[in-house]
Amino acid sequence: MSDNGLKAGSNLERMFAAGHFVVTGECGPPKSADYDIVAEKAKALASCTDAVNITDNQTAVVRIASMAAGYIAAQNGAEPIMQMTCRDRNRLAMQADILGANALGVYNILCLTGDHISFGNHPTAKGVHDIDSVNLIRMYKDMRDAKIFQCGEEMPVAPKLYIGCAENPFGDPFEFRTLRLKKKIEAGADFVQTQCIFNVPKFKKWMEMVRAEGLHQEIKIMAGITPIKGAGMARYMQKFVPGIDVPQEIVERIAAKEKGAPQQEEGKKLGAEMIKDLAEVEGVHGVHIMAVEWEPAVPEIAEMAGLLPRPKLS
Amino acid sequence: MITAERKPFEEILELLEGKEKVLVAGCETCVAVCLTGGEKEAEILAAELSIKAKEDGRTLDVDHISAIRQCEWEYLDAIAEKVEQYPVVISMACGIGIQSMAERFPEKLVLPAVNTNMLGMPQEHAVWIERCGACGDCVLGVTGGICPIVRCSKSLLNGPCGGSHDGLCEVTGPNKEEIPCAWQLIHDKLIAQGRQDLLMKVTPPKDWSKSNSGGPRTMVKEEAKPV
Repeated sequence: MSDNGLKAGSNLERMFAAGHFVVTGECGPPKSADYDIVAEKAKALASCTDAVNITDNQTAVVRIASMAAGYIAAQNGAEPIMQMTCRDRNRLAMQADILGANALGVYNILCLTGDHISFGNHPTAKGVHDIDSVNLIRMYKDMRDAKIFQCGEEMPVAPKLYIGCAENPFGDPFEFRTLRLKKKIEAGADFVQTQCIFNVPKFKKWMEMVRAEGLHQEIKIMAGITPIKGAGMARYMQKFVPGIDVPQEIVERIAAKEKGAPQQEEGKKLGAEMIKDLAEVEGVHGVHIMAVEWEPAVPEIAEMAGLLPRPKLS
Repeated sequence: MITAERKPFEEILELLEGKEKVLVAGCETCVAVCLTGGEKEAEILAAELSIKAKEDGRTLDVDHISAIRQCEWEYLDAIAEKVEQYPVVISMACGIGIQSMAERFPEKLVLPAVNTNMLGMPQEHAVWIERCGACGDCVLGVTGGICPIVRCSKSLLNGPCGGSHDGLCEVTGPNKEEIPCAWQLIHDKLIAQGRQDLLMKVTPPKDWSKSNSGGPRTMVKEEAKPV
């Protein structure tokens, strides 16, 4: 840890340290070598968020590498949170990539297992899964704090990292979800972003369990929000996306509006309402807005939720 | 046991294209138990090849034989006389048997008639389920006797991931079958055994050098070697 008590000194870490309610967004890199798409998404998110997740071959589909897209995001004013999955890299590549990313100025890292390879566009590839996300967190913590590689060898210059993880309050076994978060905290996670929340009562129940374990005092918790673009998307997520719990009343609320712009407006409104609701939950330190291929909606939702302007740290 | 499935007939025909004298070689051990490559299945494949050749107006001298175990020299010796009569052997044994056959009879063209797929157990009649990845570093002692290496789709040592729902894995199997979440099973079993403390322990990264990642493995029992 550095003299100022910060682990990495990123904007994300400093915003939490300053006690702000933090806002992060999400940028999915394109399936092509297109710099401009990343740059545009980053610009759209830069002013309404404190940092932006850069997905890592999300849904197991090949895209611009999260390290490169994170670097592009930084060039365009958005602080990156580089996602790293265990699906596509062994421990050598995971360590090499974090050293490289860090040398390029990427300080926030989100450690994920990764969607299974069978869901993506190369279902015949070999999934790596050399180490899992809990061990990935610990490996990065050891690199940062003990200056050692996973093999135990020392390094002269350690990476400065603010380490994140994900947790799904809607996955099973439900009671074990808090304990798994506890394991990730013990492994070294500094912040957690949850799977997108639609079932707010269930999330609140999960938070009760988190508080009962005192975990909200040990990790910064960001509630995941995905604005719904239309009733079709809501139904699709309800039926087909693993680990997502979309209550029927949400589908009906969106479906009650006309298709197109009215449903989109309702989706934004619902997103903003949920953010306001979740911000009141004790132990929730921020919100992570995942507008899948709908990044331009984020500024409006953030505005409606009263999150703008974002505080500027000196 | 080792399980295998017969290759599609068209693939077998492609492998045998232009061949006029072929021996189908079954094995009476694992592949016979999983109803894929025993003597009966070898006889059936030989008959199918013969009928197909007749339909196509080709000459094919095809017969079949079966070894007690194709993966052991002594049982290959027992079928050597028959094998010597054929330039081409299509083996219905597992990958070990096929390679043993090729090594024992280096002048023969030895081809595979099956895809060896797993170390599985017969769950019920005619259903086999993967149970072991032969990783060389068994963790069953801390996972309630349930293997996360092959039964978890992501081989997590500290699961479950966020895709576990109602006891099922987010992944569906190759035949569209539902897959039980291994970590839900591990979770339930450890609690039932009163060993829930194990759920809170982080199992460290695996030593894959003991698996095939460390290169092909050899096992030697010095004490059992002849003096």
